[in-house]
Amino acid sequence: MHVPDGFLDAPTSVATGVVAAVGIGIALRGARRELDDRTAPLAGLVATFVFATQMLNFPVASGTSGHLLGGALAAVLVGPSTGLLCMAVVFLVQCLLFADGGITALGTNISLMGIVTVVVGWAVFRGAQAVLPKRVSMVAPAAAAAALVSVPVASMVFVALYAAGGTVDIPLGQLTTAMVGVHTLIGIGEAAITFLAVGSIVAVRPDLVYGARRVLAARTLQIRESVR
Amino acid sequence: MGAPHGHTLHFHGHSWLHRLPAHVKLVALVVFMLTVVATPREWYPVFAGYLALLLLLVATSRVPPTYLAKRMVVEVPFVVFALLLPFVATGPRTEVLGLSVSEHGLLGAWSLLAKGTLGVTASLLLAATTEPRALLTGLERLRVPTLLVQIMGFMVRYLDVVTDELRRMHVARESRGFSARNPRHWPVIAKSAGVLFIRSYERGERVHLAMLSRGYDGRMPR
Repeated sequence: MHVPDGFLDAPTSVATGVVAAVGIGIALRGARRELDDRTAPLAGLVATFVFATQMLNFPVASGTSGHLLGGALAAVLVGPSTGLLCMAVVFLVQCLLFADGGITALGTNISLMGIVTVVVGWAVFRGAQAVLPKRVSMVAPAAAAAALVSVPVASMVFVALYAAGGTVDIPLGQLTTAMVGVHTLIGIGEAAITFLAVGSIVAVRPDLVYGARRVLAARTLQIRESVR
Repeated sequence: MGAPHGHTLHFHGHSWLHRLPAHVKLVALVVFMLTVVATPREWYPVFAGYLALLLLLVATSRVPPTYLAKRMVVEVPFVVFALLLPFVATGPRTEVLGLSVSEHGLLGAWSLLAKGTLGVTASLLLAATTEPRALLTGLERLRVPTLLVQIMGFMVRYLDVVTDELRRMHVARESRGFSARNPRHWPVIAKSAGVLFIRSYERGERVHLAMLSRGYDGRMPR
């Protein structure tokens, strides 16, 4: 859900705008390293993919449904820098062309749902990969762990921002419980969908998944006895 | 959860607002909204002034108000949140229509509704009067990094292609008797997302090769 205009006060909005700008600056350098001159078309198409998957509805129960946020998914699929750029561009397009999310809250939206989910998602993913056995089948569970953690952490950062620059004094304890509670549930859904989606991609084209590259590189060529 | 996105919101027209360069409109929008957000919420007449200014712009842009009104649905989740605020916020309480509500919450709900509505209307007006292409040129003039503008350009260009691909997959699923009703159907939809990623990525590779063969060297031609 996008933060609208007027939810956080002006100084907080400007500060998160600066954070978003710095994050995008770092990601621009990183993306050139990850993709060189393929950056523009590939990141553009992946951003379109993230945008489109946010339109894909997953039924929950009795008519309600949810959709993917995609931060952790993007980080695992195309790498943290490109993933961050994709998320940032998605929010930029949603804000400017679809009026979804306020323009003064653009920095907040990019920082929360772009930078926090991608960075936390990627850190958890790498951590999980270090612990789990080095097999291609372990990429999807690691991605699920990344998605599971990234969403509640983003909601906690939101509560922290709200404590600093919120415009209405809601009791913080209650806000924290509500936000983190709801987003833990969303995180579980996000983890399940990320697990299924990454699993289906790894089964077909593991070479496209950035997070699987190390595992693939570590694999040795096996020549098996053929059955005659 | 956010409302589903349809087509881009551009409304074809020839008013002065349509003709104004996109970077001017962008800067105006940011300055206007920052002013609105920074305005203390007790200054009621000032908000009426903002609304009057915005309505004047809508009138001179000749975008039908009903066109904008229909697209205000993106705001609905926050209207619900704002309506809940008076009941959850703390502070001195007061009586409204026989219900005990928080004064701070009431004021907060007003400020959220007023500022949010002004923001959505202003953003809708920008989207309605500016073509996506002009918006990209405007962002470039404002010194937004070229790479970011290029990525956004590709996204805008392929938005309909990729969402159409998603729609075709949806039609294919439905025509085979599939309809998603509960979490047991998630694997099917998640596989659609996986296929969509592979197709999008491969399309990106093909687009890159096609650009290379036409002399692309990392910069877009003017």
